[in-house]
Amino acid sequence: MAHAHESNVKRIWMVFGLLSIVTIVEVGLGIVKPDALYLTNFLGTSPLNWIFIILTLVKAYYITWTFMHMEGEKKWFRRAVVWTAVFLICYLVTLLLIEGEYLNETLAPLIRW
Amino acid sequence: MDANVAISSNKKETWGGGTRPFNVSYGKMMMWFFILSDALTFSGFLAAYGLTRFKFIDSWPIADEVFTHIPFIHGEFPMYYVAFMTFVLIFSSVTMVLAVDAGHKMQKTKVTWYMFATIIGGLIFVGSQAWEWNTFINGTYGAVKTTDGKILQFVNNEGKQIALADFVVGDRMDVREEHTRKNGLWFESGETLPQYSVAQIQASYASNPDVFIRTELIDLETRQKTILSKEKGASELAKARLVVEGANLEVNEYGNTIFADFFFFITGFHGFHVFSGIVINIIIFFNVILGTYERRGHYEMVEKVGLYWHFVDLVWVFVFTFFYLV
Repeated sequence: MAHAHESNVKRIWMVFGLLSIVTIVEVGLGIVKPDALYLTNFLGTSPLNWIFIILTLVKAYYITWTFMHMEGEKKWFRRAVVWTAVFLICYLVTLLLIEGEYLNETLAPLIRW
Repeated sequence: MDANVAISSNKKETWGGGTRPFNVSYGKMMMWFFILSDALTFSGFLAAYGLTRFKFIDSWPIADEVFTHIPFIHGEFPMYYVAFMTFVLIFSSVTMVLAVDAGHKMQKTKVTWYMFATIIGGLIFVGSQAWEWNTFINGTYGAVKTTDGKILQFVNNEGKQIALADFVVGDRMDVREEHTRKNGLWFESGETLPQYSVAQIQASYASNPDVFIRTELIDLETRQKTILSKEKGASELAKARLVVEGANLEVNEYGNTIFADFFFFITGFHGFHVFSGIVINIIIFFNVILGTYERRGHYEMVEKVGLYWHFVDLVWVFVFTFFYLV
């Protein structure tokens, strides 16, 4: 193998515990939906949605860094993969969500409920 | 040329192969680049879902009202089943990474058992997803679609959604019978007829004062679907065109058809990834048993399929958030 490898078993179970806790928190919030978080608005959507998105990114970080062992790769290999993905995804999502909102502003007034 | 390059790279072995850029083997590097491109594909789908959702932000189905079932248990339990699926997938990721870890230590038996557990986890997940699809396709309550493409659902006087079977009574009135192969003029069958006819539903609605109509429009104050008054509901129901039971690529009793389209497409594409992951895992599993990697001297192949398997988990984390939570 490329790198000398010590056992990570303890760390793996720690990360599993962490991912489980995050998922339980997400599901709990999704079931309870506290009004203060759900019915208010913050930066275009409810604070609850922002919490979900941030917790998702936390999970994604731990899966990539620990389970996929990105932390052990050479710095510039890691950056070649991660920066590319992060940049392109942010770019695409930004454009598409802005356009989605524009479509809504243009089309929604034409619908009579 | 040499003047511009800080470290001379014209050593023979650089061009003759045999070096590992970034200290990563060829196979692992290509697996990472494949994962990168696949991640962009999934992001494209999810971003398109986001665009469509923003486009119909005032009438998008509320996930809690769509996915409410648990196998063998009656009643409404939003989130629980999909949370279970998420756990299964995360746990199979853990067994996978434990297999990789055991592989580094050349412990063949441990690798075998952890790979086995990973495959079982994957099968449970795909089975759950099939069940979820089945529930979604069959539908829960039934609804009607109007000539202007809106979905009308039915609620009782407490605002709780009720099924067509709960209030529709009387005859079909439209004299329709399903055209089957055995009684037709030619060996062709017709489309499946819904259990109730539009006229029957309209008459039942008019005769029952406790049934109200809910439209897709979301009240921004309460983030609930709007319930119409009895009279307004009757005028909307007069426009009814067809009865919708369940969801498919053309109609969707839960609301926008494109919600169903995206659901089938994205979870289907992800499910296909899980399926191919299981197949690859099984192949590697047998190779482990046969001792292929023991002879090769390293278990890097397990590490590579492990990367793919974790990626499938990673995608699910996002699908879970954007289909079920947000």
